[in-house]
Amino acid sequence: MTFYQYIAEGLFFVFVLLIMAGSFITIRARILMHTVLGLAVAFLGVAGIYFYLGSMFLTLMQILIYVGAVCIVLIFGIMVGSTPTEIAEKTIKDRKNIFLAVSAAAAAFFLLMISILKTEWVPAAAQVRDFSAEHLGESFLYQYCLAFELISVILLIAIVGAIILAREGREQDDKNPWAAPIRGPAHVKELTSVTEENKGDPLA
Amino acid sequence: MILISDNLYTYLILAVFLLIAGIYGLIQHKTFIGMLVSTELILNGAGINFMAFNRFLAPDPAIGQIITLFIMGIAAAEAAIVVSFIIAVFRKYHSIDPDDVMELKG
Repeated sequence: MTFYQYIAEGLFFVFVLLIMAGSFITIRARILMHTVLGLAVAFLGVAGIYFYLGSMFLTLMQILIYVGAVCIVLIFGIMVGSTPTEIAEKTIKDRKNIFLAVSAAAAAFFLLMISILKTEWVPAAAQVRDFSAEHLGESFLYQYCLAFELISVILLIAIVGAIILAREGREQDDKNPWAAPIRGPAHVKELTSVTEENKGDPLA
Repeated sequence: MILISDNLYTYLILAVFLLIAGIYGLIQHKTFIGMLVSTELILNGAGINFMAFNRFLAPDPAIGQIITLFIMGIAAAEAAIVVSFIIAVFRKYHSIDPDDVMELKG
């Protein structure tokens, strides 16, 4: 083993550690923003794993789509949908879920580990070792163009559906957007800065 | 000498770890956003699985990458839909607790 292979192995473990730490933060954090930040760390680790699996293109797509888009959408969801006191996951119910969660995870772990270790993985007889983006793009647009078209339709429907879902109930606000009553739990009103003095001020 | 980063089992076990972390979080989180985040972990585990099979077993390395890209698209669409759903639910129920949303419950 050369020096560079040692470095590569070390980096691999760094990525594995990123995934583990990130997913641990994701599932254990009590503040929702921390949850999403942990998810971003785990996504970065997964991007590194994709690099080790030979695909530079998917590494970049992972960073671009997951870290750059999905995490931002989730943060928007937290900021828009939650009031400040609720951004922290308060003890809505007691911790009776822990036992259920641990047993479900353990059952899934053992079942999958058994099947992974018992199966004999046979590589295909002839393997094309072309991980380039050119090969991927050609396959995408010729052989597997149904997947390409399908994902574009799915994304279009998702955009339209998201707009329709989120628009519902917005219409009342249109008359006077700045002085619109804050419709939230009672304690939200104290936290916002809309008072009698700055009622018409858009920046308030 | 077998490199750890050049072994199918490493990646499969990593994917299993992501899956069980996702299942654990899905049950244990108490908000919609937390559950959505855990779902993303599960989808990433599936992506690693496909990429590992693609690297070590598949005849054509484009297939696994295409499936993983497909999963990424599905995850992005799902995140957008669920976030707008959360906003709609919050507007109607003023709550992010999944247990409060039970109007369909008999």
